[in-house]
Amino acid sequence: MTPVADVLAQPAARSLVRRLRFIEPSMILWLAMIAVLVFLIASPLVRLVVSSLQEPETGRLTLDNYRQAYGSLRHLQALLNSLELGVGVALLAGLFGVPIAWAVSRTDMPAKGLVRLMVLGAFITPPYLAAVGWILLAGPNAGWINKLWIAATGASQGIVNIYSMPGLILVVAITSFPYVFVFTNAALDLVSSEMEDAAHILGAGKWRTMFRVTLPLVLPAILGGLIISFLEAIALFGAPALIALPGRFQVVATQLWQFFEFPVRVEIAAAYAMPLLLITVALFWLQNRLLGRKGYASVGGKGGERRLIALGPWRWVMLGYAGFVCLLAVVLPMTVLLQAAFAKAWGRGFSLDNLTLRNFRYLLFEQTQAQQTIVNTFVYGGATAFAAIALALAIAYVVSRRLVPWTNVLTFLCMAPFVIPGIVLAIGFYAAYAPPPLALYGTGTIVVLAFVTRFLPIAYTSSAAGMRSISPEMEEAVRILGGGRLLAIRKVLAPLLKKNLAGAWILVFIPATRELSSAIFLVGPQTRVISVMLFDLSEEGNFEVLSALGVILLVVTVAIAAVGFRVIGRDFMLRRSA
Amino acid sequence: MTTLALRGIEKRFGDFVAVKELDLELRSGEFVSLLGPSGCGKTTTLRMIAGFIDPTAGVIEMDGKVISSPAGSVPPERRQMSMIFQSYAVWPNMTVEQNVAFGLKLRKLPAEEIRCRVREMLDVVQMSHLAARYPAELSGGQQQRVALARALVIKPAVLLLDEPLSNLDANLREEMRFEIRRLHDEFRITTVYVTHDQAEAMVTSDRIAVMNAGRIEQVDAPHTLYTRPRTRFVAGFIGRTNFIDGVCNGSDIVFDRFAVPRGLIENGEALSGKVTFSVRPQSLTLVRNEAALSGRPSVAVTIAERAYLGEFWTYVVVPKEGSLRLRVTAPPLEVYEVGESAWLEIDPRQMAAIS
Ligand SMILES: Nc1ncnc2c1ncn2[C@@H]1O[C@H](COP(=O)(O)OP(=O)(O)OP(=O)(O)O)[C@@H](O)[C@H]1O
Ligand SMILES: [Mg+2]
Repeated sequence: MTPVADVLAQPAARSLVRRLRFIEPSMILWLAMIAVLVFLIASPLVRLVVSSLQEPETGRLTLDNYRQAYGSLRHLQALLNSLELGVGVALLAGLFGVPIAWAVSRTDMPAKGLVRLMVLGAFITPPYLAAVGWILLAGPNAGWINKLWIAATGASQGIVNIYSMPGLILVVAITSFPYVFVFTNAALDLVSSEMEDAAHILGAGKWRTMFRVTLPLVLPAILGGLIISFLEAIALFGAPALIALPGRFQVVATQLWQFFEFPVRVEIAAAYAMPLLLITVALFWLQNRLLGRKGYASVGGKGGERRLIALGPWRWVMLGYAGFVCLLAVVLPMTVLLQAAFAKAWGRGFSLDNLTLRNFRYLLFEQTQAQQTIVNTFVYGGATAFAAIALALAIAYVVSRRLVPWTNVLTFLCMAPFVIPGIVLAIGFYAAYAPPPLALYGTGTIVVLAFVTRFLPIAYTSSAAGMRSISPEMEEAVRILGGGRLLAIRKVLAPLLKKNLAGAWILVFIPATRELSSAIFLVGPQTRVISVMLFDLSEEGNFEVLSALGVILLVVTVAIAAVGFRVIGRDFMLRRSA
Repeated sequence: MTTLALRGIEKRFGDFVAVKELDLELRSGEFVSLLGPSGCGKTTTLRMIAGFIDPTAGVIEMDGKVISSPAGSVPPERRQMSMIFQSYAVWPNMTVEQNVAFGLKLRKLPAEEIRCRVREMLDVVQMSHLAARYPAELSGGQQQRVALARALVIKPAVLLLDEPLSNLDANLREEMRFEIRRLHDEFRITTVYVTHDQAEAMVTSDRIAVMNAGRIEQVDAPHTLYTRPRTRFVAGFIGRTNFIDGVCNGSDIVFDRFAVPRGLIENGEALSGKVTFSVRPQSLTLVRNEAALSGRPSVAVTIAERAYLGEFWTYVVVPKEGSLRLRVTAPPLEVYEVGESAWLEIDPRQMAAIS
């Protein structure tokens, strides 16, 4: 008899041996990956909750941290400010994003390609760089707008002050309106002209049709975009720190940061982060309900024939509006940022004798710390992208092949960081990994671990989509011919997913190189990244060097995004799933 | 040479039983089809044989050795089988040649031998001239032949095919049926072939296992299956048929308006009580007048409906003063009008009692 039959003949005695004999060797790898996943996601969250309920010295259960976190008027005011910021940003982002998305998707507005490109530009501009640009534009008195105003009118004071709540709302809105744009655009692309025609036939005019038929159809998608903008705004650290602190007001993110100033009070920060976490989870749930409801938007069908609405002369008005938004979001801040990067002193304006490469030389060749920082940023970004994709791919594989029970729990874990604000995640990471026995604070490892966790949902979404697009039979064909799972993955799955994975790599790499919210809590002197250095430079008021560093970051980002465009195709970053 | 045996196989998905109490034995070199309607468990059965899923009860044996059981199974990669998938699963990242060579490379054969065998196999499936192409540059039929070559080149112990022709157009499908049979005659590999197309199964198979709702209803050679169906499902699924109910009465079996002597029906003596028969339209003959009758059991009928299908007529006839409706086929020149009277002759040897 064969070994198998042999074993089957003695049921009870060697049941463990029997089981082990049938377990595939690759199973060990899958189990290890699952363990890593659980560790990465669960440990910071559990630590966060636990430390918010513990006395730091004794470890005794207490509510004292919550009392301290919410016991002061200042702290409560910061909560309100965050709420105001979030609502303001969501409304303004809607005002920017919805009309442009409609014009690009449904009308004959000219220069759509350019507008799309600008929106993409706004999308890849880190909010803190937009904030710096706007500080140069609208800083009280010294900002460009104010100087022009004073020169033009002879007034003694400027008219705009970026260091204010409206200023902050504007800065955050111009970097988050692309979310609204992408959501709305995707939904509008699925509304068929026939639906609109049905309204026309019943006698509704162009505008009436738009407000009564088209807009309601895509309303859930718009709300989805607004919710994302809101959540981005309340979780953001960089732009508020650059603008709110000089403006002498606090939001939750900056307040959390202050709990980390010496002496570090993680437990209070953890307690104070809870509303952020709860609101985010609740709103994501709401968003899912909104977008998941069937039969509302005609989303799903291919949407029949689509015709563009002829706007007549109004199309120039539409283009003007889109141009205005792009001016605010990209052209103006980028222009002044570039000027400062190549200027001896940015306040001296656009003259030839003010031009210099000194800032770049200083960063790239003279200042060793800056070199280290630039290298760190791209090394961490690359390592994060590789690690996140390896983990996501393994989990997506296990889920799609149902190698273990409870696969939806794995999916849930992979997607969970999506609803955890970066700043909250960072506090959890600090609480989990900074103290002994791991004592990872100040190492590159903790930064990469945090980044991997933070961007895992992006990697997972791409990997799972890729996995779904490949028939399992492709792999089974390898196995029946005598190859194991790992061979099938190496020879067939990976080559077929190449493009997919390259896209995912870029989608993780880009945000990882600009990440500030979680980095600021976790980096040490040797592990600083560009975003943190930018933040430090702004505190020193050194805007020329800061701008040069920002330009370096942007150039690399744009170069990599351009490679992505060529390899993977246009629009790969503006997809809704991303 | 390899024998394959499925003994008491059952597969549950949660509460749903996809395959139950399934017994099937394949002799060495035999070609057996699993035939049945969509969702009856054919693919599930085939995937259990391949080792992709474990049965929840029963065992599968190959050459007398257990390869699948609820406690665990030999993984697919160690079964020495080949499979052709419904989607072909030809790897798009490899050329035709690389696809075919893959299994041989896994067996670590010398490069020269691999090249040689791949070339031979591509000749057999008439694909040599396309060896350097990628699958995206091939037609559906050509891809199917690559899948076939890839599966056969390793000389598998057992070959499994899952509706390999379902994506092809009608002409190509007919051509490939004979191709598959030709290759089987050449290599004599023990083969399990899944299909829901009865013509396909009849052309290719030594025996056909008709499946319904997770069970095998009957396993027989195509001819036997057609002429002697044992269940109502098999009779109805393989070709068209009439179901007529009769009652045993002395030495006759009595039907609506006519009777047939027991002795003329195969196993007729063993029947008792009420019996249902399957009577193929081809076993019934229309005769214009009583004088021309040949002496077989017959009944006067009226033509109720007719349809001309080119190769033959299909008539629906009703016995005079009866209510039974019978479908009859007739050659193109035997033309009857609706409402006309005629005589219907029945060939008792082609009547099959079913349960
Ligand atoms: N993984 C699964 N989980 C639950 N039910 C399943 C699973 N796989 C198959 N089934 C069910 O088992 C039954 C048999 O499926 P199977 O794929 O074997 O059908 P089939 O005979 O191959 O049909 P077809 O001709 O359509 O391919 C179906 O009702 C199917 O819904
Ligand atoms: Mg099937």
